[in-house]
Amino acid sequence: MIINHPLLGPRDSAEFTYMGDARLIDRPDAGSDTAAQDFYDYGYLRDNPAGWHEELWFHEAGDRSWLVVTRNTLTHEISDVKLARDVARSRGRKL
Amino acid sequence: MRFSGLRVIKEALTGHKGWTPAWREPEPQARYDIIIIGGGGHGLATAYYLAKEFKQKRIAVLEKGWIGGGNVGRNTTIIRSNYLLDGNEPFYEMSLKLWEGLEQDFNFNAMVSQRGILNLIHSDAQRDAFIRRGNAMILNGADAEMLTTAQIKARYPFLNTDDARFPIKGGLAQHRGGTVRHDAVAWGYARGADSLGVDIIQNCEVTGFKIENGKALGVDTTRGFIGAAKIGCAVAGSSSRLMAHANMRLPIESHVLQAFVSEGLKPVLPGVVTFGAGHFYVSQSDKGGLVFGGDIDGYNSYAQRGNLPVVEDVCEGGMAIFPAFGRARLLRMWGGIMDMSMDGSPIIDKTHIDGLYFNGGWCYGGFKATPASGMCFAHLLARDAPHPNATAYRFDRFERGLLIDEKGMGNQPNLH
Repeated sequence: MIINHPLLGPRDSAEFTYMGDARLIDRPDAGSDTAAQDFYDYGYLRDNPAGWHEELWFHEAGDRSWLVVTRNTLTHEISDVKLARDVARSRGRKL
Repeated sequence: MRFSGLRVIKEALTGHKGWTPAWREPEPQARYDIIIIGGGGHGLATAYYLAKEFKQKRIAVLEKGWIGGGNVGRNTTIIRSNYLLDGNEPFYEMSLKLWEGLEQDFNFNAMVSQRGILNLIHSDAQRDAFIRRGNAMILNGADAEMLTTAQIKARYPFLNTDDARFPIKGGLAQHRGGTVRHDAVAWGYARGADSLGVDIIQNCEVTGFKIENGKALGVDTTRGFIGAAKIGCAVAGSSSRLMAHANMRLPIESHVLQAFVSEGLKPVLPGVVTFGAGHFYVSQSDKGGLVFGGDIDGYNSYAQRGNLPVVEDVCEGGMAIFPAFGRARLLRMWGGIMDMSMDGSPIIDKTHIDGLYFNGGWCYGGFKATPASGMCFAHLLARDAPHPNATAYRFDRFERGLLIDEKGMGNQPNLH
């Protein structure tokens, strides 16, 4: 698979390590009343869809940036790649 | 129709006209006592033991394609019980004991071959870990023996024991481990279950569950609605897709694992050798092909095919310990889809929905578990209580912090 890195252009997926569902960006609020249940869901349960999947890839053998890659789990086709930093900020994450 | 040596001779003399199909092709009935979803090794074994050991009636196995067309036909055929943790080792040793008696039990030649499995050691730390593992195995009634490099060289003369990065310093052997003709496992269980009255219904994909007031009443399929008092799901690889129909999210990611077979060679490899440090393991099939594999690709996939970086990694591992195998040409390679669970161990449990039971999360260790998985899932379905050897395989172990994490990797499925 070739991942089209937003800053570096097309890179071999072997340069990356894989983290899983990009919903891991949305860490639950540890102060919430439902935190125990929320962190169980966050830590252990996955949608695991057959089809389009937004997922986190880490450019370990490259610029060490985290990416959100939209990839089809049935075909391995990649339709979109964003910097995870930009995705997190767009969802309201402060630095 | 029972198979026997006498029968083979009789058929040979009479033109092989007396053989009958190994199982029927029944139309689905409107209702069963127990439905098993998934006609793979685990589903067929479950149905077989439900009928044989637990005397259940009116059982159906629903398979979306043809039986044995999933992971039971896509694995590298290895059986072993060399686990460490209490939740696992008694279960896998039970499985190995069932393998030892399987062919007599279901009257089918599954070519169970206890040719032994060897895990290689390269460092003092690894030796300590493997001695501990071997002791855990022995404590649970399994067999284990630490071998010296000289003993290993005598058995595997082609093994490169002097690799600069991973010199071989010994190994942990389980002599009762080995290989099994994988397709014959599915066929043997299917034939055995069918002869006990189980309906095996192929080309019948489950498209939904009928659930009312927290109770499962049946399944919608491509061949119509089928009612059931109890429904057991055994579709590892596709567990998340199936259970999504019951609005369940699972502690599972689906990953692709590749496997490879070389052209046929004369006998060069008497047992199974695993090179864990280099992500490579290999055995030689009775046809002569070297059957080998390595790590999962490491990303979510339902594609049943992998990518080239892992092919390169596996072949590099093979070349490091068996340089001579570089002369063999690759004949076939393929991928299978694994339920990679959050702790690397399986789940055999009730769900929160009454009458709906789950068997999955087998990671890449499902084949060796087939008989015990079937026996324990049948126990759960028939008696509504877990089998004593499968009490740890609960859904709620993640919530309660009771993980069974053989490799100590945490909740990162692609590292197990």
